[in-house]
Amino acid sequence: MRVELGTAIIPSAQVLDEMKNASDGAVCVFDGIVRDNTRGRLTLFLDYEAYEEMALSQMRGLAAEALTKFPIRDVALLHRLGRLEVGETSVLIVVASAHRGAAFDACRWLIDTLKKTVPIWKKEHFADGAVWAAGEPFPNEIAAAREARETPK
Amino acid sequence: MRVNVLYFGTLKDLFALPHELLDVPDGATVETLLSLLHARTSKQSEVWRALAVAVNREYAGPATVLCEGDEVALLPPVSGGARGRCGA
Repeated sequence: MRVELGTAIIPSAQVLDEMKNASDGAVCVFDGIVRDNTRGRLTLFLDYEAYEEMALSQMRGLAAEALTKFPIRDVALLHRLGRLEVGETSVLIVVASAHRGAAFDACRWLIDTLKKTVPIWKKEHFADGAVWAAGEPFPNEIAAAREARETPK
Repeated sequence: MRVNVLYFGTLKDLFALPHELLDVPDGATVETLLSLLHARTSKQSEVWRALAVAVNREYAGPATVLCEGDEVALLPPVSGGARGRCGA
């Protein structure tokens, strides 16, 4: 299991290479990169910030959970922070497994869950201003919102 | 008692600071703290309806009782990964 959070460039090809093992039949990769626009608005760069200690422990928890939830051999989960330029990797997920089905499923589950639960935020910088990207709603078991508070147990 | 409140993302801009020590009544819960902070801001913000809270780096529900010295983080909806909610 490899889990990292930091400002260094993510060496996607190298991580992928190092994850391969003779017993694997499949390595599934999700390489999340910075797009040059948001709904047509030209993006100059993105700024990622995290609640670092918590984000890292959440990422470790997710990687460990994937290993018990899916029949896979190993997981790498790397997220970058700070200023990222268009085309650069912000998040890299590599799942190695004997069979492709589990590798695809685990990879998809990891990115979807990370995007809802790991405390990382990004500010999008455009030519004409900057905004915090709207995040996905928290799952009910995490949300502290008034609606969630009023939901009968 | 005193707790250390951390702000992230859009909340950091709203309060114009990354963290502060706050006095809260003994027995205060996460909900008590949220109400106190919400009352301090004149601006109505969507973010209050969508928050999560972490106490000492673990997600914590509104009924969680706070203790002296707790680290309480107010977390707007997260947007890590590759794209926002409209992305691929």
